Order: sequence, then C-alpha cells, then structure tokens
Amino acid sequence: MNSLTNLLGWVDARFPLTKLWKEHLSEYYAPKNFNFWYFFGSLALLVLVIQIVSGIFLTMHYKPDAALAFYSVEYIMRDVPWGWLIRYIHSTGASMFFVVVYLHMFRGLMYGSYRKPRELIWIFGMCIYLALMAEAFMGYLLPWGQMSYWGAQVIVNLFSAVPFVGADLSLWIRGDYVISDATLNRFFAFHVAAIPLVLVGLVVAHIIALHEVGSNNPDGVEIKKNKDPVTHIPLDGIPFHPYYTVKDIVGVVVFLMVFSAIVFFAPDLGGYFIEDNNFFPADPLKTPPHIAPVWYFTPFYAVLRAVPPMFGSQFPGVIAMGVAVMIICFLPWLDRSPVKSIRYRGPIYKTALALFVVSFLGLGWLGMLPVTPLYTVLSQILTTVYLGFFLLMPWYTKIDKCKPEPERVTG
Amino acid sequence: MSQNEVDRSKRRFLIAATTAVGGVAAAGVAVPFLASWLPSQRAKAAGAPVEVDISKIEPGMIVNVGWRGKPVWVVNRTKEMMDLLVKHDGKLSDPKCEVPQQPEYCKNAARSRKEHANILVAVGICTHLGCSPSEKLKAGAEGGMGDDWHGGFFCPCHGSRFDLSGRVFAGSPAPINLEIPPYKYLSDSRILVGDDSKGA
Repeated sequence: MNSLTNLLGWVDARFPLTKLWKEHLSEYYAPKNFNFWYFFGSLALLVLVIQIVSGIFLTMHYKPDAALAFYSVEYIMRDVPWGWLIRYIHSTGASMFFVVVYLHMFRGLMYGSYRKPRELIWIFGMCIYLALMAEAFMGYLLPWGQMSYWGAQVIVNLFSAVPFVGADLSLWIRGDYVISDATLNRFFAFHVAAIPLVLVGLVVAHIIALHEVGSNNPDGVEIKKNKDPVTHIPLDGIPFHPYYTVKDIVGVVVFLMVFSAIVFFAPDLGGYFIEDNNFFPADPLKTPPHIAPVWYFTPFYAVLRAVPPMFGSQFPGVIAMGVAVMIICFLPWLDRSPVKSIRYRGPIYKTALALFVVSFLGLGWLGMLPVTPLYTVLSQILTTVYLGFFLLMPWYTKIDKCKPEPERVTG
Repeated sequence: MSQNEVDRSKRRFLIAATTAVGGVAAAGVAVPFLASWLPSQRAKAAGAPVEVDISKIEPGMIVNVGWRGKPVWVVNRTKEMMDLLVKHDGKLSDPKCEVPQQPEYCKNAARSRKEHANILVAVGICTHLGCSPSEKLKAGAEGGMGDDWHGGFFCPCHGSRFDLSGRVFAGSPAPINLEIPPYKYLSDSRILVGDDSKGA
C-alpha cells in the first residue's frame, strides 16, 4: 500500500492525476436533485466508447472499395467469428446514439440548461450533434447497399442546389460524376479517422465547459449561490463520485439491457435501424422505389420535402432544412424567460414545448413516408410549428406567466 | 530608447508579417489537399461515349444503359405516346425547353433528334436530388398515377413527375426538365451516347 501511495506521489509530481480526479469526479459537486433525465449525458459517453471500440474491430475486416465493400460486410456477418455481433453492436449503437442524444437535448430544453452561463456547453453540444450527423451519414454509405448509395446521392446533391457553384461543389465532394469508389474511400477516411477525432475533442470541450460552470438541475437554480461559508462547497451539491457514478451505473445496466435486446432479437428493428433495401448491393442504375433516410434524419428530411422549389431552384428547401438544424444553436439567445426550468414556466411555454415535440415527432414520421399531397401539406404545417417554436420564442417567453423560482433546489 | 523598453511598433510589424506569410503558406499547402478531391484522371477517362443498339427495343419499351456511371434511358415511344406529348403543355414547368437541359437539336416537344423523333435518350437522374425516377410509361389509371396520366416518369424519392420527353410537371420538387445527353446516330439502328461531333 505504501509503495502504491509513493507511486501516486511520484506521478502527481509529474502529472496532475489526483488533481484531475478530484476536479472532475470526487470533488465535482453536482446538484443533489438530478432525476431520470440526467442519465443520458453519461449514456452518450458510453455509446461513444461502444462505437469507437466496435468500429475499430469492424475496420479490421471491412474493405472500403466499391467492388468489395458490400461483400466484405456480408463476410463479417457470416464468416468472421462473432463478426455479426460486432456489426450489430455498431449498427444498433448508431441509432441508440441518436436516441440518447435526442433525450439529452430534450432535457436541456425542459430545464433551460442552455441558458446563461451554459451557452458554450450548448454550442459545443450542438457541434457534437452536427459531427454525429456527419459521422452517421458517412458511415451509412460504407455497407454499399442500395440505401447507402441512394441516400448519399440525395444528400450530396443537396450541395448542388447551392447557386452558381453547386454543380462543381457536389462534383468535388463526390470526386466523380456520381457516387462512386472515390466517394466511398473518402467517406471511410472521414468516418473512421477525421470525424471521430473531432468528436472526441468536442466531447472533452463540452465536459470541461460543464465542469467550469457546474451542472444545471431540474429546478434551474444555481447551486453555487448557496455555499457553505467554511468549506465553500455548494449546500445543494454532492460529489459526482461516488453518488452519481453509482446512480449512472443503474442507468447503464438498464440501457445495456435494452441495447442487448435489440442487438440479439431485432437488430434491424423492423427496418428502422437498418433499412430493408440495404441488404441489396448498391446499383447506380436503379433507385429503390421508396427511399427515406434512417429515422434520426427524417424530421429534417421532411422539412426539406415540405418546401417547394422557388425561382427554378430547390435551394429554398435546402436552406429550410439547414435552418431547422442550426436554429437550435441560438436557443440561449432566443429564450427571454425569467426562469430556466419547465417547473416554474407558465402555460405558454409548456404549450409551445408540447407543440414542438409534436412537430418534431410528426416530421420524423412524415419523413419516412412516400410523398402524397396530404402529407406534403401536413409537413408544411408541422415545419411552420417547428420553426415557430424558435422564432417566436423571444416574445412568448417574455409574456409568459412564470412562477417564482425557489431559493434552493427542491429535491 | 533604453534596453528594457519594448519597441511595440516593431513587434506589431513582426506579428503581422509572420501571420501574413504563415497564412499564405497554409493556404498554399491547402490547395493540393483540396484539389485531391477532384475527379481523378481515371474517373474522367471512364466518361467515354457508349454505343446502344436501338433495333432491339420494341415500341413502348425502355432500356437502361450506363454512361459516366449514370443511368441513361433509351425509350422507343409509340405513335400514341407521341400524340399525347403535345396535349399537356399547360401543366409543364418548361414545355418549350427554354432551360438548356438538352442539345440545341433536341429543343422540341419530343426532345429528340429529327431522324428518329420517337426515340428518347435522357439521363435518368432526377434534377431535384439525383434519384433515378421510375418508369410509368403506360397512360391512364393502370400505372397508379391517376386517370389523366399521359405516361412518363415518377421520382420515388420526392414525388417529381416527368412526361415521356422528360419534361417536368409544374408543382414537382424538381425545378427543371431531365437532361438530354449529346448523342448521334451511327446508323439507323445504332446510337452513340455522349458524343455528337460531326464527321468520322
């Protein structure tokens, strides 16, 4: 034991190991009133690790070559020992990443976690979300199935809608006149090297910023306002370790039960996690009769389809889709409410948030369906509601009748 | 000036000069990396013209050939199909083909060369977001496109509709007509897609 202590002392004199442990775990004071919604941050970190580990093992068997890619995935599924498990962990992980990230973001919406002084945490979080979308999109091309191919074709062609430079821009992204071997190779490079590096860096920035200002909580009050006069520890704070590490382990266990159930019993989840058409090899001459992106992109895809072409250009739809994603970044400045948490907000915000949830889920559902005139009108209505939630926020949050926030957290 | 004083203007100049030179160097180094994304010589070479034998295409039928990795349709339109082409100008976005989506010699309602006006050659890529539209060649309700359908193409991705000349119907997400590639007749039964140069 003594020699271990000596070793730690030796390390601490050269690297701030104990200091880091204390700052981020044993003496990081988090509010004591975290609830169910606070599981999803640590779960997102868990899924990131699952994806990195399973992804590394997949690259050991996968071939990023248009002639070989599809069959190398089949080879992983059939011939590589336990290859099917590793691949299904990775494909399930992709969808579950978005499940936990969407719930994590919704938590932020409910409790005003993006408000001052946590604006940068929110911005870093949005950057993580964007990187995750790029990572998922590029990863979906790699199995080189029909959906991989045509999904990439549609998304890359979004860039060709940019006025003047569009055609050259999409040619530059593809590296060929259509999605081809060149595209597959560069998407592979981004998917396995470039974006994961960026993603990990952003996660570190997200956590450093969080630990600098401290976590928000379901009451939306700052626990740092009430500190013990002697120890300067927030009165409503408890050390992250062991209290929240133990709490999060419970979340991890339940999450892994759900995760395993999907991996073992419904890895394609009825076509939602892996689309049926992706079991056919990519055919550049034949578009499948119905293509839709994977479920986590469908809300924005529905926005894209809702906007008709204007002035002989489809650019307005592309802009609308971009706005629908990027507008979330501006929440910290759109929200003018005197309180942070939904618990003390008035009826207007509660209604607005409910409408927002309906519009997001509704758009997600419509984005999976084929186009019909009725669905187009529905998409247009829900797009208006979605954008209205953000664009009208500066007004309706100001006039809303809020309850007074408590001085301390309510447990 | 004493030894300990800082010459601020000189420091500013040096910072600006270092930033400028470093910035130019960084931009210069970025060029080859960014340019490496452009189509390679091999990809460009693969864009060679392709020959199609049209004598094997029955009236009312379509064949799908690959050119530059894109689907190119060759449709042998029947007399009835040709007659219907001029009956829906009012519903089209660009019935007169004003947008240069075709070679000059195809700027007509049939969007084809005069010697075989019934043969349509079109790039089967939707001008919206690049899906390949499905063939709905048969007129009338049986194709599932409604009673007033005159035959054409339907893009499954976003619902764009085109007539049998590849002209887009107004109200579709696709902004312009399908592209007609350059092509020429080598003989009565053979087409060369991707090349319309005269002579040899």
